[in-house]
Order: sequence, then C-alpha cells, then structure tokens
Amino acid sequence: MQWKARVEVSLKPGHVDPEGETTCQSLRELAYPVRSVAVSKIYTIMLEANLKEEAESKIEEICHRLLANPTKDNFTYQVEKAE
Amino acid sequence: MKREDMCVCILRVAGTNCDRETKTAIQDVGINSEIVHFKKLVKNRNLMEYDMLVIPGGFSHGDYVRAGAIWGKKLMAAMEKDIRRFMDEERPILGICNGFQVLIEAGLLPQSRGVSRFPEATLASNSPSGYGCRWVNLRRESSSVCIFTKDIPEVVLRIPVAHSEGRFLFEDKKADEQLEKLINKGQLVFRYCHEDGEYAEGKYPVNPNGSFYDIAGICSPSGTTFGLMPHPERAYFGWQSPDWTREKEIPKHGDGSLIFESAAKYLEKRF
Repeated sequence: MQWKARVEVSLKPGHVDPEGETTCQSLRELAYPVRSVAVSKIYTIMLEANLKEEAESKIEEICHRLLANPTKDNFTYQVEKAE
Repeated sequence: MKREDMCVCILRVAGTNCDRETKTAIQDVGINSEIVHFKKLVKNRNLMEYDMLVIPGGFSHGDYVRAGAIWGKKLMAAMEKDIRRFMDEERPILGICNGFQVLIEAGLLPQSRGVSRFPEATLASNSPSGYGCRWVNLRRESSSVCIFTKDIPEVVLRIPVAHSEGRFLFEDKKADEQLEKLINKGQLVFRYCHEDGEYAEGKYPVNPNGSFYDIAGICSPSGTTFGLMPHPERAYFGWQSPDWTREKEIPKHGDGSLIFESAAKYLEKRF
C-alpha cells in the first residue's frame, strides 16, 4: 500500500536561522509589521508499507537517521493513505 | 613505513572542491595520494589499500538536508565495516571543513561512547549568520591526543576558515557533560584564539562562527580521527599567506603544513 508522509523539520529554539532572519528583514523593508520569521523544511515522502503503523515507524527512522540532527532540529510528521 | 611507500585516499563526491589542493599538500610532504570517487571506492577498490583517509572540503551533495548529512549516512551505509576496521587499526582519518561535517553526521566524531548511529553534535549555521571566509588563529590544546598535532611545537597556528555552517554545538542539556568528556579524553584539538593565544571566549570575529567553547577541531579518543573547520591545505605553502608580500623572504611553508607533517611522522613511526 502507498502512503504519503508530510515531514516538517524545524530548528530548535535559539538556533541561528539565516534564511528566517533575512526574510524577516526583507519583509520589514517592504513595510510589513513582521516580528520574526522561522523557516522549516517540508519533505513529502511517498512510501510503501502494509500498515499505517509500519509507515509511521519507517518515517520516524528516516527522520532520526537523515532528515533531522537531534542536536539542533525538531521534527513532526503526518502519514496518510496516498490517493 | 617510508613516506614513498604510503598512500593516502582523498575521497570525493559531487560537490567536493578541495581535493586537488589537499593532494598537492600531501604530495609535498612526500606521500603518494589518490583522489578516489566514493562510488569507485565502494564498487572497485578497497579502503584497506590506503594508509590514511582524507575527506576534503566542499559542498558534498549540494549541502542538501544539512551540510555533510547525506555523505555521512552514505559513507556508513556502504562502508561501515571498512571504516571501523580502518579506525581499529589506528589508520588516520582527516575531515576538513565539509569533511568534518561528514564525520560528525556519520557519528565518527566525537565518539563519546564509540561510533554513534545518530550525530552527537552539530556544525550549525554560523553566528553571526552568513558565509565567513577569513584567516583565524587556532590554539593547539597541549593535552590533546590527536596524532595530527602531536609533533607540532607551535602553540598558535594561523589557518583560514571558509564556511557558513561551522558552529560546533552539543545539545544544550548535554553540553557541559560532553565538553567534560572531550577535555578529559584529550579530544579537544584546536580552539579559536587571539594572535597571542588568548582564547576568543566566543567573541566575533576571533571566533568566526559562534562555536561552543571556541571549538575549531576535535579528535576521537584514540587521536587518529580528526575533524576541523579551518583549511590546513590553504595554509600549506608560505605563498598562500595573505601577508607574504610584506615578508622579506617568503617562508616555504605555512602553518597548515604542520598538520600534514605530523600525520606523516605518525605513519612513519606506527606502521
């Protein structure tokens, strides 16, 4: 069965986010009352698994193994049946 | 082992861009070296043919996901057995800049409890943010067990950095405990410092990236695996120094050469 996972990897609070800082500055220069901007990465992953639990377990492993560094990143994910 | 009988593997993938200057430096020390593509090493060659492994600087796999993450995971997935054997036999491994990021992401440094499945530290975005390319001073920690600095008499070395993700950090809640381990095991190798050897104490630009405890380079507990953000191959020859025109006589070598020379001496004695 095909599953679609949406993984969001974001920086833990306190880590430098150059893309967020630059975007924030640009928005202020465009006269928007922006206080802060934080940039996250979204990965959309299509994968094969028999059960949803199996797909979630695989995604969890993928996040730990490659997508997030536990020292500086947080991650969340949602898994749903692919259409 | 004589220098002419040694051979160093300089590994590369798409995005590696410091392999040739690293080879030039190693050749000048009098050791043979080969630039080998990672896929070629996995499919057609054997890591154990080499006496030392260098993972040079660059932007491996476009720095996608995180700098060094993709190559670090691929390295361990394809070659973990060979890498472990290489380390067990105390053959040196050097990671420069992106190579240091690879060693951290692969779990090969700092090895607080052996090789780790997940990274124990990170080389995060610089603080202040942005790409920084400048000459820095490095204080060689005298208590270090690193074989790449063991024979260096100088206390302060001048070598350039060039990166945007070089801020060495441990997880906040584990930082003090991890630092204590590094110090106790002699794994702290270089710290950013002023010209006179006084530590940067986090002050920019002496510490160019906001690294925790001014850390610029660390090694494994055995001292044979070493990673650093500065580029010793870019400070190898005297003419690479930014102020060589001010000197009456251009020195033949720069401070970066001391690191390669120290590794060569280790190989001569050990094998």
